[in-house]
Amino acid sequence: MQYTLSVLVENHFGVLARIAGLFSARGFNIVSLSVAETEDPTVSVMTIVVDGDNRVVDQVKKQLNKLIEVIKVRDLTEEEYVERELALIKVGVNATKRREIIEIADVFKGKVVDISHTTITIEVTGSEEKVDAIIELLKSYGIIEMARTGKIALLRG
Amino acid sequence: MTLSGAKILVECLKREGVEVIFGYPGGVVIPLFDVLYEEKDIKLIHVRHEQGAAHAADGYARASGKVGVCLATSGPGATNLVTGIATAYMDSIPMVAITGQVATSMIGSDAFQEVDITGITRPITKHNFLVKDVNDLARIVREAFYIASTGRPGPVLIDVPKDVLTTKTEFIWPEKVELRSYKPFFKVNQGQIKKAIELLEKAQRPVIYYGGGVIAGNAGDLLTEFARKHKIPVTSTLLGLGGYPAETSDPLYLGMLGMHGTVYANYAIYHSDLILAIGARFDDRVTGKIDEFAPGAKIIHIDIDPSSISKNVVVHVPIVGDVKDALTELLKYDFHVHTDAWLKQIEEWKKANPLTYQQSSQVIKPQYVIETLSRLTKGKAIISTEVGQHQMWVAQYYGFTKPRTLLSSGGLGTMGFGFPAGIGAQVARPSMQTIVVAGDGSLQMNIQEMATARYYDIPVKVIVLNNTYLGMVRQWQELFYNKRYSAVKLAKVTCDGKECYYPDFVKVAEAYGWWASRVVDPADVEKALKDLLSQEGPALLDVVIEQEENVFPMVPAGANLTQMIGGLA
Repeated sequence: MQYTLSVLVENHFGVLARIAGLFSARGFNIVSLSVAETEDPTVSVMTIVVDGDNRVVDQVKKQLNKLIEVIKVRDLTEEEYVERELALIKVGVNATKRREIIEIADVFKGKVVDISHTTITIEVTGSEEKVDAIIELLKSYGIIEMARTGKIALLRG
Repeated sequence: MTLSGAKILVECLKREGVEVIFGYPGGVVIPLFDVLYEEKDIKLIHVRHEQGAAHAADGYARASGKVGVCLATSGPGATNLVTGIATAYMDSIPMVAITGQVATSMIGSDAFQEVDITGITRPITKHNFLVKDVNDLARIVREAFYIASTGRPGPVLIDVPKDVLTTKTEFIWPEKVELRSYKPFFKVNQGQIKKAIELLEKAQRPVIYYGGGVIAGNAGDLLTEFARKHKIPVTSTLLGLGGYPAETSDPLYLGMLGMHGTVYANYAIYHSDLILAIGARFDDRVTGKIDEFAPGAKIIHIDIDPSSISKNVVVHVPIVGDVKDALTELLKYDFHVHTDAWLKQIEEWKKANPLTYQQSSQVIKPQYVIETLSRLTKGKAIISTEVGQHQMWVAQYYGFTKPRTLLSSGGLGTMGFGFPAGIGAQVARPSMQTIVVAGDGSLQMNIQEMATARYYDIPVKVIVLNNTYLGMVRQWQELFYNKRYSAVKLAKVTCDGKECYYPDFVKVAEAYGWWASRVVDPADVEKALKDLLSQEGPALLDVVIEQEENVFPMVPAGANLTQMIGGLA
């Protein structure tokens, strides 16, 4: 099962290395990780999606808490939260199919951010499932390249 | 007051109560050694290898309970500390390691003697710091000592670039440490204490299993009081020895458990219905096959580190907090634990399967040496061990009566630890008889520190249990690899048809200006030990022992605790 952890950390150099090192040293699997400053510039938030059973994730949380520069670890999995991912998808396409792709993007509330004679690039945001779904649809047209952020998440309310 | 970084660092160390530093100089740390040169309040012990500095600081910390401090230069100086830092980390020893670094403007340029030591030590320190600005130095030193010594203790490294040492700034001593992200103090949860008592009252076959946390938490007396009040039998990990006084005739005393534990300790754990684990971490050397560890037991676990709880075994009642606080709480309640029948059973196991060995009049048995040493010192000396068979014989046959008297690398199993750690311990506790028990393999890993002991007149004693083998590996090869003794023979006993020893530890010790002697006849062991212990300065006794003696009982790796070989009735 996948767990989504929101980890508040001191905004120091080397913190990301400590967290990444903890995961690799203990054999924990990171599915995705995103890091950025919060509204308080001395604090960063990391959204970490971890794969594992309950016991593994319990250890992950405890080990994260043990790091001196970790301020707070929150497991969002059991709670109500909003999550978003962003993807940029470049599809190889000629003029005849371009319309179809724009329609697909519209359905997913995506945006066309670049267009050329042979390609079209779509920006889409949403849940992991939504991003997966549009990628699946666009595959049949030929995805040339793609970039995707990790998940970011906040508790509701 | 405007001071250089080097002066600020030394001033901070003094204010943290540091009295001794184990160090080795080098290019970028000369400014620091220059300040230490005229420093009266801090004794600088100049070792002969940085690894010796780290282990000596560790031994100093284990013996005294204070934070040990070691110091090395950048690059190879720093990397030579690594094994010592990892050793301290695995055994939760409070230590501050200070390393020099190339100037901040040079960092990252592959400069001479540059190494990313904060990167290298990240997984083996509790925390580490690279000081980029001299204005942060005092705060960082303060935080380093605070982090090293609170909560579950551990080593902290401070990497100080050369220009930070030479730059001058206003010295401001931070009165308080404020770390919003580090809160090491846990109040013991009363609800959990009550749940623990409920389980204890219901138990038929309870056992206390405790470890190094009892030593680190200075809770040996409370543990002993609690066990005796409720008549609960007690077994210890290697690092816990001395927390509960060894006395085989004490019906509650089970000795050490695990791979080379006593038969009765392992039986007691396996058949128990309730384990009260205190400051111990269910290491694989203790549990044997984890799925078959104490199959019928519920587990109460007291530990200051939440991540220790339910890491290897599922814990039914966790109590997070200082073991001293938890035991104090448990002692406040009056309740009854039923152990009469259980203690009778344990007594039978003890009678049927005592620790035993075959005595010989021809060749010296290592167990006999340790037994005799224990008797001569009344179990009150500080014993620092290396790693291997001799370490297990010490754990089995030396009757430790006080905490902080066994120093041993339990977690990392570092050969080369014991001798420098013994030097550190002797410096920390000058009035205590300090004895290093070493194997002929381990001693050669840091033998250069003989010069340190001689130079500073540190009267440490070394007993070499010399079997001309890496005995523990040889034992595994004998038992599990068809006696294929690959790379374990350390010396042949004849040279040109004559008996010889190499290295000749007596000659080596004498070359370093030590008193040294050798004993080969079992009848001479007691006198030889007395001679050794009566020496005023550093002294070594080379004890030529049975070459292929094994450590028994033994739980083979991957077996459960009742599947012992050797030592069974």
